[in-house]
Amino acid sequence: MSEPAPAATSAFPKVQLHVVTGKGGTGKSTVAAALALALASRGKTVLLCEVEGRQGIAQLFDVPPLPYEERLLARATEAGHGNVYALAIDAESALLEYLAMYYRLGRAGKALDRFGVIDFATTIAPGVRDVLLTGKVYEAAQRNSRNKNARTYDAIVLDAPPTGRIAQFLNVNNELAGLARVGPIKSQADTVTTLLRSPRTAVHLVTVLEEMPVQETADGVAELRAARMPVGGVVVNLVRPQDLDVSAREALLAGTVDDKAIGKVLGATGIKAPMSLVPTLLSEGRDHAERRRLEDSQRALVEEIGVPTYELPQLAGGADIAGLYELASALVEQGLA
Amino acid sequence: MSTTRSSPRTTPRVGPMTAGSRPVPELDIDAMLDDPKQRIIVCCGSGGVGKTTTSAAIALRAAERGRKVVVLTIDPARRLAQSMGIEALDNVPRPVPDVRGTETSGGSLDAMMLDMKRTFDEVVESQASPEKAQQILNNPFYIAVSSSFAGTQEYMAMEKLGQLDKDARASGRWDLIVVDTPPSRSALDFLDAPERLSSFLDGKFMKLLLAPARGPAKLMTAGFGLVTKAVTAIVGGQVLTDMQAFVSAFDTLFGGFRQRAQRTFELLQAPGTAFLVVAAPEPDALREAAYFVERLSAERMPLAGLVVNRASSDPGGPLTAAAAMSGYERLRDETDETSRMTAGLLRLHADRKRIVDREARLRSRFAVAHPDVATVVLPALPSDVHDLDGLRRIGQLLGHAAES
Repeated sequence: MSEPAPAATSAFPKVQLHVVTGKGGTGKSTVAAALALALASRGKTVLLCEVEGRQGIAQLFDVPPLPYEERLLARATEAGHGNVYALAIDAESALLEYLAMYYRLGRAGKALDRFGVIDFATTIAPGVRDVLLTGKVYEAAQRNSRNKNARTYDAIVLDAPPTGRIAQFLNVNNELAGLARVGPIKSQADTVTTLLRSPRTAVHLVTVLEEMPVQETADGVAELRAARMPVGGVVVNLVRPQDLDVSAREALLAGTVDDKAIGKVLGATGIKAPMSLVPTLLSEGRDHAERRRLEDSQRALVEEIGVPTYELPQLAGGADIAGLYELASALVEQGLA
Repeated sequence: MSTTRSSPRTTPRVGPMTAGSRPVPELDIDAMLDDPKQRIIVCCGSGGVGKTTTSAAIALRAAERGRKVVVLTIDPARRLAQSMGIEALDNVPRPVPDVRGTETSGGSLDAMMLDMKRTFDEVVESQASPEKAQQILNNPFYIAVSSSFAGTQEYMAMEKLGQLDKDARASGRWDLIVVDTPPSRSALDFLDAPERLSSFLDGKFMKLLLAPARGPAKLMTAGFGLVTKAVTAIVGGQVLTDMQAFVSAFDTLFGGFRQRAQRTFELLQAPGTAFLVVAAPEPDALREAAYFVERLSAERMPLAGLVVNRASSDPGGPLTAAAAMSGYERLRDETDETSRMTAGLLRLHADRKRIVDREARLRSRFAVAHPDVATVVLPALPSDVHDLDGLRRIGQLLGHAAES
């Protein structure tokens, strides 16, 4: 593959909080991790957060499970690159921290736990969980030099809940409406919403070129817009290799390929028994052409959504650490970071 | 929302201590569908692995082999729902048009899409007097819990399964129920949700909330004072009032809820039930599948087997990935059309071989840890499934995989 020069600038220079969502199976956590690396390569100090208790970051980067504490995940060796830190946010710890910070609830905090209130507030009480999770992200984003020992971040990447739930998750205000009309959690939700609706935030949606994920992405964008949340880009992930051009694909689908000519070229490369391989290769080629045709029709639908799109290739070896770095450089080249 | 029980592992590993050499048993779907004692099939697995399509395909195949089937889907793709005639979300099973061979075989297929809020409302209405039901349905806290509580969908899927089973036994309308499970991150959510809801209903906190409504001040301990103060501080007094109203109105229903959850759980352990774990040949999905397999054995729930969906099919032939890549390297700079096409085909072949190898490695690692799990592997189809023909094709692949 040739190496195009990195895009001179990022398409989202003013964005501090990158929220990454996507349908299950589309690789949203992988894209979030790659985006964090890409932003760091632009010289930013980055915090990569997860909120679903899956330890996806630890698995991707092959490190021990992350605690509720910011940890150095990737240290830069190149001049001009920043470091990536990681944080696994869970609602229980966020609530206890929140209580300790604002109410100095030492003893009461323990009593709350004993009475099952922490459990209640974080699993049952609708919306509260999401306010706590987004609230912690907000806290990291708002940190500034006032607090001397706090680390500040140029960018935060949030590996968020899936597309089907993203508008609800971010629209914490709405979720609480009708429940908590006043009170501290309501005002917390208000401040968080202000950040989430500002140009400092961008919500990116990860999809693959298949019918249902594309449909869900279009629905997700519509819901986010209705909730006045700033939509960033659509990242099309797991794009099949583009090895065959249009005319080759058309010939394969029409069955007009010259078997003998292909066999001759194969033989010339030193491959043994070339003619016996031709039917297999052509049938693989036809499958590929058929999928590409489907992808193209879905790609047209993605373009209709009307937001910038970015494409990441399917990695034959899977998304291991080396794969993450490849995806990160693709994101830099295309200007998402 | 996933539970903390998903990865990393919090339960002990369950399986043999050494790798055996037995071949992976093959899952015979048709034998399962043709067994009249098989009454319930639950398809589970993590999100994005094709559970909904798999359950619809299994249901269609069973119907066309003569079973009277109802399939409960959770969130089907729009076009698939259209082709099954279940776009209308009305919580009622409807006959699926164009099912084949039903005149001769006596089979039938009904399908429905779960309406979580409506199912919850119906439970409340069936358990409480009309006035009390109305009081609950109007409570802001109930509205929030029934439409957005993480786990409600799982709980209501179980609830609906219980109802369908009762209907099936009473009316004889169905002899097989196929259930899709909600698209949660963790496959275990489905089993945990009822437990979570009943432990919430049984919890100390609920009792505390009920205490003032019941009158006696003996529970008004110092602890309770602290707790209400803190809750008020966090969410505001209004919420507490709404919650207390909800809990006291709901109080009489709690027993009913727990019993229902318990009954559904027992239904899942019954001999006529089988679980099919659906996974994609990816590390995350297979890890979830392993957790689920172990959990089922711990709960003494019957596992029928594993469906590995969307597997890349081996193109066959003696050409290795390495040989194809070296051929590609030789041709990549040629400019004539045939060479470029051949180079492209070799590159595709190399990629496909590498993916097939990786998937086979993942599957064999699963099989070493769980050697008794019967498995069927479904090749990825070149196009999306959105009609009965597509479902039929998947059903055929599922059925014939055991023979090939």
